[in-house]
Amino acid sequence: MIPPYLWQEMAQLTGEHLILVLSSMAIAVGAGLPLGILLTRRPALRPGLLGFANVMQTIPSLALFGFLIPIPFIGGIGKRTAIVALVLYALLPILRNTLTGILGVDAAVRESAIAMGMTDRQLLWEVELPLAAPTIIAGMRIATVTTIGTATIAAAIGGGGLGVFIFRGIASVDTTQILAGAIPAALLALVSDGGFSWIERRFSVS
Amino acid sequence: MNPALEFRAVSYHIGGNKILDDLSFRLNPGRTLVLLGRSGSGKTTALKMLNGLLFPTAGGVLVENRATTDWDLIQLRRGIGYVIQEVGLFPHFTIGENVGLVPRLKGWPRERVTSRVAELLQQVGLDPAQFLHRYPRQLSGGQRQRVGVARALVAEPKLLLFDEPFGALDPVTRVELQDQFLELRDRLQITSLFVTHDVREALRLGTEIALLDRGRLEVLTTPAQFVDSTGQEARAFLSTL
Repeated sequence: MIPPYLWQEMAQLTGEHLILVLSSMAIAVGAGLPLGILLTRRPALRPGLLGFANVMQTIPSLALFGFLIPIPFIGGIGKRTAIVALVLYALLPILRNTLTGILGVDAAVRESAIAMGMTDRQLLWEVELPLAAPTIIAGMRIATVTTIGTATIAAAIGGGGLGVFIFRGIASVDTTQILAGAIPAALLALVSDGGFSWIERRFSVS
Repeated sequence: MNPALEFRAVSYHIGGNKILDDLSFRLNPGRTLVLLGRSGSGKTTALKMLNGLLFPTAGGVLVENRATTDWDLIQLRRGIGYVIQEVGLFPHFTIGENVGLVPRLKGWPRERVTSRVAELLQQVGLDPAQFLHRYPRQLSGGQRQRVGVARALVAEPKLLLFDEPFGALDPVTRVELQDQFLELRDRLQITSLFVTHDVREALRLGTEIALLDRGRLEVLTTPAQFVDSTGQEARAFLSTL
């Protein structure tokens, strides 16, 4: 269905796409998980941080990419801007699920842990994180699948990835090129969704 | 004799509500004091002050002659067994890991933890071979609370706190666990506080009974003398017998 002359480019763009997704997810998890944990300890910060992540998520993705271009240091044309936008997008589900996952730990279990003389660190690592893990992983799953889709728009600001095919295909009214971008992107999303759902099940207690 | 614990004019006021009002009593080592009272009488609040889950807004709570505010809370808590109605076992830990938690936190060598855990399961009537590697969700309510009691006893605590531990159990299982409590009480003689709203349970399990009424101590006496109490709240409770 996809002619051989597109295969090499398809492989290259899929690779670019993966790099966009993996680097944004690494940053989003690296920032979102600790921030989510911080929010469980500092309720006063919740409205501010969650509000910020919420606003980021409400901005239409194409507009967000556009907004970032004129901003110094993080903006401009290319991959860096694309990754910043993708990170901002992925932050909310990770932040929110970390918070709700940890706050959702049974109050009696938490009280027992404290009453038995666990330090806050032990409470976090031995009780809260393991019990919140399925919820936290569900957040990463949503964030990853959305990021794979949204990353196709990165091509609009010169970020590369499978969106290059899609935008070019639309501009030249070439369905083959649109599909050469859309099909691998959809497959990536399906595979990562399946992978995360497997991990989620492994971590769930009951 | 130095008391094992002491409440000195303890009050706990929160948002204009007097949960505890000028509560004073002491308890000698090895005794079991039952805190009896209605819902909202402040008995659970009083209990949670001993392991530093709550602190008095006035007065002081002393454990081994030292105010809870002067204790290293982690050390204080690791020396106190705590059993609650909801049990609060860790669902992702096996029964063995649940019971062995405090010894592990205290840094006991692994072999000592293992043998002590087996010993404790045995003592609360659970066969270690059968239960060690199960998870809490695979146990009945009564079995879970037996594990809760084993967990509280395992690290040789100097004080035991029970917060309506048998309240959610069926009557037959409750009596079984009460029998077991009495056996352990008389054999181990660990200072204990036991919260309940069931006067029958109080008379059965306590070496003394303290009756709380809206945050105030109405009477503190032995079970034998409690049945002759003339206080209004005490009469109200005794009329349920």
